[in-house]
Amino acid sequence: MSSRRSRSRQSSGSRITDDQIIDLVSKLQQLIPELRGRRSDKVSASKVLQETCNYIRNLHREVDGLSDWLSRLLASADTDSDQAAIIRNLLME
Amino acid sequence: MASMVTNPNSDCSRRRKKKSTVKDNRTNQNQSHITRWKSEAQQQIYSSKLLQALSQVGLHAPSSSAPRGGRAVREAADRALAVAAKGRTRWSRAILTSRLKLKFRKQKRQRGSPVAAVTGSSRSKKPRFSVSKLRAKSLPAVQRKVKVLGRLVPGCRKQPFPVILEEATDYIAALEMQVRAMATLAELLSGSGATSSGSAPPSLPPSPPPPTSQ
Repeated sequence: MSSRRSRSRQSSGSRITDDQIIDLVSKLQQLIPELRGRRSDKVSASKVLQETCNYIRNLHREVDGLSDWLSRLLASADTDSDQAAIIRNLLME
Repeated sequence: MASMVTNPNSDCSRRRKKKSTVKDNRTNQNQSHITRWKSEAQQQIYSSKLLQALSQVGLHAPSSSAPRGGRAVREAADRALAVAAKGRTRWSRAILTSRLKLKFRKQKRQRGSPVAAVTGSSRSKKPRFSVSKLRAKSLPAVQRKVKVLGRLVPGCRKQPFPVILEEATDYIAALEMQVRAMATLAELLSGSGATSSGSAPPSLPPSPPPPTSQ
């Protein structure tokens, strides 16, 4: 069990190359809207990771807000006949 | 010479439009994962799955109070997203299996969040190495951030550095699609009037999506 830790440091199991790491970090950078336009050698890996964490937290918050909105819509739409008809049509498919 | 330049471009565009024609190369597979989340077909599939999940949410809690209903919707949306990923990524498998674990362990699940996240942010002002990102992997600041990232992405708490990066790229693309689909759905439902004349969003299909080959 203790050998797992050393393996993760030396990466001897899967032989991950540094180029692969650079590639992954730059790919991540392209996904984040704040860092998309900047050149990859001007943005440090630490900054990319920090912005990634912030971005994922923002997306989670957006999804939470949207699900609250949706739950309220679904609950209120039970009384309204027009919206209930829409939902029923959508749910049938 | 011009043909060599245009060929890869046309290949990329073909990959984006038809997600069913996935090549056998592993590297191509990684790219098609991310662009797959941006395709309209994927969003349609997710929207229909989400609607099915939401109909079940409505059945389970007929007298749903707003805060609990929101949580249920969020879980249904995450579950639908994980199913849409077809189990190819760790985060999707973790989401699907965590539902089973929650049923058996309701109280043990609420472990306190580790304190390392707080201490990590105070140390982030180390001078940036001008060499490259190669050394960055062994910097303790970067390692702490990677751990925080691993906690944000489901199922990646103990994964090595490159795995977390790979999962995070796919997870971000999937989350963006989830936000788009849910926002479109919510706007459609909140739009007053049953007859939405010309403003039908493209993400919801009028007919069931065609079966896609895996």
